[in-house]
Amino acid sequence: MEHIRTPKVEHVRLLDRSCPGRKISVGTLYLSATHTIFVENNPETRKETWVLHIMVNNVERPPTIPTGSQLILRCKDFRVIQLLIPQERDCMDVHSSLTRLSRPESYSELYCLSFNPSLNKEEREESWSFIDLSADYKRMGVPNNLWSLTTANSEYRLCDSYPSELFVPKSATPAVIVGSARFRSRGRFPALTYFHQDTLAAVCRCSQPLSGFSGRCHDDEQMLQAVMKSNPGSDYIYVVDTRPKLNAMANRAAGKGYENEDHYTNIRLHFIGIENIHVMRSSQQKIIDVGEMRTPSMADFLWGLESSGWLKHIKAVLDAGAFIAKAVAEEGVTVLVHCSDGWDRTAQACSVASVLLDPYYRTIKGLMVLIERDWISFGHKFSHRYSHLDGDPKEVSPVLDQFLECVWQLSEQFPCAFEFNERFLISIHTHVYSCQYGTFLGNCQKERRDLRLRERTHSVWSHLWKERSEFTNPLYRADHSQTTGVLRPNTSPYCFKLWKGLYNHADKTATPRQSPSECLSAMREESQHLEDELAIQQERITALMGKPITWEKRTVPRKTSQSREGWGGPDPPSTYTYPVTSPAQNYYPAFLSDSTNQRAPTSPLGSKPPMKGHDPDDTSTCSDVESGVADLSSRSPSGEVSEVSLSTA
Amino acid sequence: MKLPIMFVIYPEKNVLCFCSTTRTSGSSGTVTIKCKDLRVFQLDIPGMEQCLNIAHSIEALSSLDCASEMYPFFYRPQDLSLKNQWGLSNPVKDFAQLGESQDKWRLSEVNKDYSVCPSYPPVVIVPSAIDDDTLKKSARFRQGGRFPVLCYYHRKNGMVIMRSGQSLAGANGKRCIEDELLLQAVIDDSDKGYIIDTRSSQQAQQARMTGGGLDLKSNYSCWSRLHRQMERGKVLQESLIKLVEACEDQSHSVDRWLSKLENSKWLSHVQTALKTAGLLAECVERDGHSVLVHGSNGTDNTLLISSLAQLIVDPHCRTLEGFLTLIDREWVQAGHPFQKRCAHSAYSHARLTQEAPVFLLFLDCVWQLWHQFPLALGFSEALLLKIAKDVYASNYGNFLCNSDQERCALGVKERTHCLFQALMRPKEREHNSNPLYEPTELAIWPSTYPQSLQLWRALFFRWTQHFRQLEEAQEEIRNLVIQCCSARQNTERKHT
Repeated sequence: MEHIRTPKVEHVRLLDRSCPGRKISVGTLYLSATHTIFVENNPETRKETWVLHIMVNNVERPPTIPTGSQLILRCKDFRVIQLLIPQERDCMDVHSSLTRLSRPESYSELYCLSFNPSLNKEEREESWSFIDLSADYKRMGVPNNLWSLTTANSEYRLCDSYPSELFVPKSATPAVIVGSARFRSRGRFPALTYFHQDTLAAVCRCSQPLSGFSGRCHDDEQMLQAVMKSNPGSDYIYVVDTRPKLNAMANRAAGKGYENEDHYTNIRLHFIGIENIHVMRSSQQKIIDVGEMRTPSMADFLWGLESSGWLKHIKAVLDAGAFIAKAVAEEGVTVLVHCSDGWDRTAQACSVASVLLDPYYRTIKGLMVLIERDWISFGHKFSHRYSHLDGDPKEVSPVLDQFLECVWQLSEQFPCAFEFNERFLISIHTHVYSCQYGTFLGNCQKERRDLRLRERTHSVWSHLWKERSEFTNPLYRADHSQTTGVLRPNTSPYCFKLWKGLYNHADKTATPRQSPSECLSAMREESQHLEDELAIQQERITALMGKPITWEKRTVPRKTSQSREGWGGPDPPSTYTYPVTSPAQNYYPAFLSDSTNQRAPTSPLGSKPPMKGHDPDDTSTCSDVESGVADLSSRSPSGEVSEVSLSTA
Repeated sequence: MKLPIMFVIYPEKNVLCFCSTTRTSGSSGTVTIKCKDLRVFQLDIPGMEQCLNIAHSIEALSSLDCASEMYPFFYRPQDLSLKNQWGLSNPVKDFAQLGESQDKWRLSEVNKDYSVCPSYPPVVIVPSAIDDDTLKKSARFRQGGRFPVLCYYHRKNGMVIMRSGQSLAGANGKRCIEDELLLQAVIDDSDKGYIIDTRSSQQAQQARMTGGGLDLKSNYSCWSRLHRQMERGKVLQESLIKLVEACEDQSHSVDRWLSKLENSKWLSHVQTALKTAGLLAECVERDGHSVLVHGSNGTDNTLLISSLAQLIVDPHCRTLEGFLTLIDREWVQAGHPFQKRCAHSAYSHARLTQEAPVFLLFLDCVWQLWHQFPLALGFSEALLLKIAKDVYASNYGNFLCNSDQERCALGVKERTHCLFQALMRPKEREHNSNPLYEPTELAIWPSTYPQSLQLWRALFFRWTQHFRQLEEAQEEIRNLVIQCCSARQNTERKHT
């Protein structure tokens, strides 16, 4: 690779920021075409830390200190990796290489185009057809006598950011559709995203109208009329503008804006007030900064949380979804959702509404379908928003992050309602940024088709599906009262929490060291297994004895003798103590001045057991910086060893 | 007998209610009842006079001053007998736990008539080298007569946690040889110990002006002092009031909520308590030194951190029975003035200067441990919530009065039922146990990073739908565990 100046640097020190004892390990740093790899020198552990280049958000080079030159890698999955390199020259080389490598200029440089998880052509094609949107539309009952498939956008003639197949009101003629598309920003005319069979009301989406201060369009008015008529149960529709009203009004000066209620009969306008992508970007940065504070007081932390505004924004998105879901499920009124271009806030609001409305989208496969539909097919600009390529930093924004977080907040409120666990959401988050699979590449369907991604890359969905046992929420039961029907979330401010699992997942001290869900999953599996075994035994005995014997099942108090691996043991604290450099050392007990050598006796389990959730292909999560347990067998990404080949030569 | 009838009709609700406000319009009125468990009721009552009467009765009955008129003395369920064993803590049993160190310690009955220290139980454990006269002299040198006593013995290394009231050194730096001897007897000559003072050193110095103060280093050469400032009394009470106000805020602004939450400082108090308890546990478990804990009175923060530290290091305290015993020993027997501290909960008037939610803070800290170590504690969140309610208003007598002496005078042990025994009855037991409990011998070190500490939503939002969903999750966990067990059991039976 022409960008790698120094492929290997020895005697590098890696500072584990997540560990309060600030554990330092010495090892060798390798730069490969795709990864930064740090291998610990310690012959017993040889712990490896892998970082995919594209996961590096920025590389910082603070001033050189006497012991070497520092390098700080801030990753898109919110990990922070700090390196100390003996020679300044090496450090500069690594810095410039990484800066370049983390910002690919063309799609061909991306990992997914070289990533080969040893699947053959058929398997790859199968992986792409795993999620089938037309099957989902069929599941919700369309096409029907209210909604029909339109060919208006075939070959992306009307709108290049829309999918080619769309559902529109049956009464909408092609001319009306074309006219409406011309009157909508970027041609994104109203189309169906979710049809609620119980009430026959629907969720539709589009972009803002090009109305300016007084413009109107007969076709567009007809189009909305048709949308309304497609719901026999109601004589009006809600038009939800997810922007703050001021922003919507400001857009009128640019010839855009929102529907004039005088021109459109039978609509009710409703503004939600989700802020734009720029506000969200800086808000997320603030919340990352809060997570990075070294020893914040409770007040610092809460103040930081408040001033970031992040939870406020999450609440706004959830409120939007809740409003739509209530209109559709309780009032039976169809909702048309838009923002400016209809690919960020609109996607958020529609997909949150779907999660609330339909239990299917709370399953593992259902969430995949939902993201495929409302985000991927409807032209959410993944490559721009998640900076897959070096481009305009103003285009970057954590839009999907917010949707995933809304789902997480809901799963905290309804612990039994979701088939998946937090790990599933975090894995999706990682893959959105990692470009290891082609699923999230590009900005719209057309672009993906032009890139021939289906032939050149793999789909993440079937991969995640194979791992689904890791993503299952043990408390989920398809027939639970929380699971069935529409979710009515409480959106009071106190319901919103910082998503530690995402923002601090590298910070071992901040996440619970014991996971009840892992323990429960293991139990669930075990009891399933035991029951199967029992059934087999019973059959055998029946065969032997010639007559059936039944054992009545007994409920017994649980034994506590079984041992389980999932126990994440305690850590010795260092939070109660003063910094190592405290001048008062001598006065304070020894434990205040040395936290490392006393660690061993009381905490043999002081480190997390290897996370089962690591997928062997995903090297970006493989590098478990914070883990004290070296489990190389589960960590070395066997799939691409040859491919990466520590290209040191 | 109007009183018990009122209570029998709505036993749970009426006992709890604290303040009622009345609004009348025309011929009907509204009574708002704010309960100590943070519930709020509104009763619309036809007839103004009736409404006022009801409000007046509730007001009077909910703020009884005399403990013997309280409900526990009238609570007579059919399945409990007054002859049942009362209480869990037993100094003789605790002494037996000392094992091979028994010769170093002894049971003293110096306080058997409560004359040496009114807030201590009749029997305490002290170093065997110290005779009762020395104890009496030491008691005179300690606030409230609370001379240093053993509260925890760490079997792994033989180190102990002692607690006491502040020394009465005063401005002139008085000393008390007997007190020094007593502390010296706790540690071996070559060893050293720590004194954790729950006040800042400035506060401790100031206390000397009013006759209190700190044990001077020159007189206690083997002991090193550590000061950790913990808020007390009024500050804590105001914090709770602000927090509950914040929780009741109907506004939909996240900013407002977070700023009110921060402003209440409740979570900061939780953090400080866990940090200080962590320090204490660290001294004993990792550093291998004995510790004496005290603040001013030794009846509030002292008990808070000594009991938390025991949960951190002692696996036995983490079982259901062990935890209830811990509360009995370290709070009830040790003389936390429950009647003064837990009279009115969050909806209290400013004039109640003695009111302070120290015990609630303890339960919150325990919940944080429970939240961070979901498998390590043998009891359930439901148990913590139950105790949080009972401490303010209960059918049982355990939290009545301010000390063992007062309880004896009223005959609490003879005339009321015991909560701790009731919670361990077979039918209650399952609900109060943690189905995921997996005993561990290791210390459970809590993280005190702000991100790790959570608002105890199940307590402060107990009466919302939100809580119902969390309860369902707990039920689901219980079911899963039962399923797994019965599958195991069936297979085992099959094999045999």
